[in-house]
Amino acid sequence: MEILKAIVETVLLFTFLAVVTAMLGVYLERKISGWIQSRLGPKHVGPQGLLQTVADTVKLLQKEHITPLNADAPTFNVAPILVAVAGLLAWMIIPFGPAFGRIIMVRDINIGLLFFLAMASLIVIGILLGGWASNNKYALLGGFRSAAQMISYEIPLALALMVPIMMAGTLSTRGIVEAQAGSIWNWYIFGGPFEWYLAIPGVIAFVVFLTAATAETNRIPFDLPEAESELVAGYFSEYTGMRFALFQLGEYAEAFGMSALAAVLFLGGWHGPWLPGILWFFIKMFALVFFLMWARWTYPRLRLDQLLNLSWKGLVPLGFLLVLVTGWMLV
Amino acid sequence: MRLDWLYVAVFAVVGIVMAALPLAIVWLLAPRANLPQKRMTYESGVVPFGQAWAQFNIRYYLFALIFVLFEVEVIYLFPWAVIFRQLGAFAFVEAVLFIVILGVGLLYAWRKGALEWV
Amino acid sequence: MGELAAFIILSALTLIPAVVVVTSGNVVRAAMSLIPSFLGVTGLFVLLGAEFVAGIQILIYAGAIAVLILFVIMLTEGGTGLAIRQLNEQRLPGIVVAGALTAGFVVLVVRTAWPLAAGALPASNVTAIGTAFLTDFILAFEISSLVLLVSLVGALVIARKEL
Repeated sequence: MEILKAIVETVLLFTFLAVVTAMLGVYLERKISGWIQSRLGPKHVGPQGLLQTVADTVKLLQKEHITPLNADAPTFNVAPILVAVAGLLAWMIIPFGPAFGRIIMVRDINIGLLFFLAMASLIVIGILLGGWASNNKYALLGGFRSAAQMISYEIPLALALMVPIMMAGTLSTRGIVEAQAGSIWNWYIFGGPFEWYLAIPGVIAFVVFLTAATAETNRIPFDLPEAESELVAGYFSEYTGMRFALFQLGEYAEAFGMSALAAVLFLGGWHGPWLPGILWFFIKMFALVFFLMWARWTYPRLRLDQLLNLSWKGLVPLGFLLVLVTGWMLV
Repeated sequence: MRLDWLYVAVFAVVGIVMAALPLAIVWLLAPRANLPQKRMTYESGVVPFGQAWAQFNIRYYLFALIFVLFEVEVIYLFPWAVIFRQLGAFAFVEAVLFIVILGVGLLYAWRKGALEWV
Repeated sequence: MGELAAFIILSALTLIPAVVVVTSGNVVRAAMSLIPSFLGVTGLFVLLGAEFVAGIQILIYAGAIAVLILFVIMLTEGGTGLAIRQLNEQRLPGIVVAGALTAGFVVLVVRTAWPLAAGALPASNVTAIGTAFLTDFILAFEISSLVLLVSLVGALVIARKEL
């Protein structure tokens, strides 16, 4: 019985990710890019080009699978599936908000945030293997860069998570949101229900989290792994058709997942005045997604040494300091 | 708790099936034409030179090494962060010691140029 | 019943890739096979009720150690390691040693009286571990930071010699 329920929920969540994060995500990405560059973006398929990505998906479904002659075929096929499934699993712990008299979320796992981090770290493996299996120099270089970048930014990401964990005293995402109930000033970015000066580590942790999340999801200005002007398309240079789409699905699921997590940890999740909770959650998530897309057209790409310096010499020491300062303020 | 992880297992299995499903559809729908040129890897238009599996910069490895150690440290901080507010000042002093000792490690790596990408 | 089935499936998930690790001639394939093996061990930890350790198992082993091993192999000469002879020739001594070890373990497992009354599990692993760290095992907690420091310094000294 429970298994049946779980299967239904998997199908629902997977469809949600495919439609909302991947299809709508790509559409928004193109539309917002268009606006920022004074273009119109996709416009012809459906009203305002809304069905553009649906048409793209149908097209991708008819594309031939091309496996390069020298590639390591089994690994080449498994890597995109691994990335997509890890993205799916990470979404299990995101609480959407109250509806139908309960909180909509898949499972409130005890080690929630740790589980999210663990799934994010599996994506690294998928990308590295995909890049390696292609037996293409650009792809391999992209895979290496991606892995080096993602592991470097995992530490600041985890350290930024530490601030809400210390404030809430739990790893459960639902528990963290519930601890931010009440007025808007109870959100952890504003210091939560503690003294006002905890807003200082709150804001800094939020910024560190967003920076590290942008890097984790390989988005501009941290898109070195797929830098199209130097590496063709990075680790998915050799991927075509639906396998390429699966990589995209994993990437967008992770980018949206990071935005959702930032909303949950720092912006009070589903809490907010007047509007229903679940709407608030989506407003916050899409606002952060918009921010990511905005940043894409604002900053140029970093060099590899700048990227690693920013993490190891900037964000990691800052993260440790942040944990200490928050601890000192909370004692 | 067991139920949570049963869900994780089901999600993993069904997720794999659902991710593989479009690949199967493609296998049924897509045209197939076997041209040797098509299956060459892309190398900016020229015929690929040798294998891509050649030796790469060892620096990547050094960063992975440092990463593993700091990841372990962060893992130690997780249970501390959860329990911290219940134990108060004493737990805070503990963490200060812990982080300072590892801060020395970061400083050492920094001074030795292990964090340098040259 | 469900538990036994889960145990068997997870053991298979752990052991079959482990056999591939040992027997595969391709070093990268061998390293990749470690990942399902690590995930199987994660499942076994979950069956034991150790959620936090399961999380660590994925994060550290599948996410960090596996990347490290893959880096090492992909960065070595030849990249794939295909040029390197990975299988060793000493099959017979290997089988004898493995057999002896197995026999030893079997004897050990059969002879030990396993105490069954382990008590109830705490509601939250993480809280229990955190409390233990900061009360009873404080010295271990602090010393582990020193151990990490020493291993960091050691790793850098050894790795940088080769640069």
